Amino acid sequence: MSQTSAQEPGPVTVVIVDDHAMFRAGVRGELTSLGQGQVTVLAEAADVDSAVAAIATHRPRVVLLDVHLPGGGGVEVMRRQPSPDTSYLALSVSDAAEDVIGTIRGGARGYVTKTITGPELVSAIGRVAGGDAVFSPRLAGFVLDAFAGSIDVAAVDEDLDRLTEREREVMRLIARGYAYKEVAKELFISIKTVETHMSNVLRKLQLSSRHELTRWANDRRLL
Amino acid sequence: MTAPTAPAGGPASNTALGGDLGTDPGSAAPDARCAFRDTHEPILGGVAGGLARHLGVPVLWVRAAFVLLVAFGGFGIAVYAGLWMVLPPDTRVLEEAPGLESASRTGKRPGRGRRLTDVGPAIALGALGFGLVIAVESLLGAGAVFWPLLIGMAGIALLWRQADEAQRERWMDSTGKINPVRVVFGSGGWASYARVGAGVLLIVTALAVFSLSSGSLGNARDVGMAGLLGVAGLAIVVGPWIYRLASDLTAERAERVRTQERADLAAHLHDSVLQTLALIQKNAGDQAMVARLARSQERDLRSWLYAGEAADESTLASALRGVGAAVEDTHGASVDVVTVGDCSFSEVLRPVVSAAREAVTNAAKHAGTGKVDMYAEITVAAVDVFVRDRGEGFDPDTIASDRYGVRNSIIDRMQRHGGTAEIRSALGDGTEVRLHLPRPHRETDERESTR
Repeated sequence: MSQTSAQEPGPVTVVIVDDHAMFRAGVRGELTSLGQGQVTVLAEAADVDSAVAAIATHRPRVVLLDVHLPGGGGVEVMRRQPSPDTSYLALSVSDAAEDVIGTIRGGARGYVTKTITGPELVSAIGRVAGGDAVFSPRLAGFVLDAFAGSIDVAAVDEDLDRLTEREREVMRLIARGYAYKEVAKELFISIKTVETHMSNVLRKLQLSSRHELTRWANDRRLL
Repeated sequence: MTAPTAPAGGPASNTALGGDLGTDPGSAAPDARCAFRDTHEPILGGVAGGLARHLGVPVLWVRAAFVLLVAFGGFGIAVYAGLWMVLPPDTRVLEEAPGLESASRTGKRPGRGRRLTDVGPAIALGALGFGLVIAVESLLGAGAVFWPLLIGMAGIALLWRQADEAQRERWMDSTGKINPVRVVFGSGGWASYARVGAGVLLIVTALAVFSLSSGSLGNARDVGMAGLLGVAGLAIVVGPWIYRLASDLTAERAERVRTQERADLAAHLHDSVLQTLALIQKNAGDQAMVARLARSQERDLRSWLYAGEAADESTLASALRGVGAAVEDTHGASVDVVTVGDCSFSEVLRPVVSAAREAVTNAAKHAGTGKVDMYAEITVAAVDVFVRDRGEGFDPDTIASDRYGVRNSIIDRMQRHGGTAEIRSALGDGTEVRLHLPRPHRETDERESTR
């Protein structure tokens, strides 16, 4: 999974996509000072069209993508696939289930809220660049919620429609606020294995054909 | 979803746990459940989808039932049409959190795609129903009335469908004006023109086929002319009334909506944001205070704009969120609350909430990191709550003597109510409190909201 990062030494290239200029400036400042040598910001964009253009020109390793974006939202940027080798890390003020699940299913490799601290953001960018998934505790909670009670429907693809017991344990620990290292220690497995589990969960979240998953996200707030 | 009305008020018979059982609050009357049409992703009129949700059965069964009923002299079609007319459309769109709604309106969020998986079975069932009708037809030989009837019905269905779409768009429309053209076509687009065009064409064809089969070409033309004249006459007579009615409604509705929106927004901004800004200015020198204020305002705005998640005591998850919010406000630590599953809150569950409050407070006061994670997993069988911090930690063996609060209000409290509490801590490695409370078995059908 992480062979891409091994092939590309040097700082991770990043494009920041957000419609709030103040926020872009803040993140850029933070990344330049905290992520020196680890992260290089190539460009910024404020809406879907300019983002697609910027990503196609600069071909960054990682795009920090705002979820609510003029022109169809962050998902639209990923749908147009301006650059095949780019990974997306969604960054949003909204942590509504619909947005979170929708963005992950749209192709993002992680979802964090904008209150994330600078060092955490730098490490999340590194993780996404290495091909791993980034789950906030809240996203892990959504995943557990969405895949709960997955027994009733005889699904099209069983493998994709439920989590293994191990994946569930990993998700539970992430939801409890454990860092990857701590998860590995708690379950007596290597960090590498934790990362593999996370990537598998992400894949299931993206590819699962349970239409309840989307419906679940839509309905959740009404319950 | 017509939310499966929260299992009527709290605990059913709970004899398992002694202690603080109040009187059985099962007397609270549940809201009347009513069915809606699923106008979000309808195949035809959304009747089958809405009915399936209402009855809690797979939508395929409902569709199959309709198809079966069609075999009885077209009864299913009559039932479907009747329900289409009578059932109110699903108004969920109005309940979206304001931030999400606004983002959708301004095109910052993607629209919803259609569920292709669902269309397949519907088409298959439709074809099956069609075959059934033809089979019955050939057996009984109902004759010339059949084809015009079928074509006419298809036309009517198309027009009704367009009426639904236009209605939805009126709800989304923020200008509040009702334009007669938009009443029919919505905001346009080839789909709506095609629907109206094809619908009218089908009905006219039906009339033509009907009159052709019952007479000559001239006869058909006469019938057509008479029909057209009738429609034109009606339009001239009734048109002005409808138009005035519409414009009255428009004005009233727009005014009401705008006033309410303005009032809501002003109240909310004033109550929370402005006051917080004032406080921040006053405390500009106190960094911790400013951070606490900003955090509390952020939480408030976020839940108002996006999640619509309550922090009251209506459900266990919201009670726990309330605990997190209260501790944030008093102790200035940031508390991340993640919940999985939910159930209605009741006195039986209070011990776990109180113990969680104690644990979070301890973490906020003593850990010294200003960050606490709370995770709750609520299943039919039990409630598990984990409170974790990354602070200094302490030696758990010493709590018996010098941490009276922990001993008494967490461990003992949980044990008194049939649960367990476990505290894991090591110096330098933070602390985690694990609370476990089995839930009393309930004979009523408890529907987990994770469904």
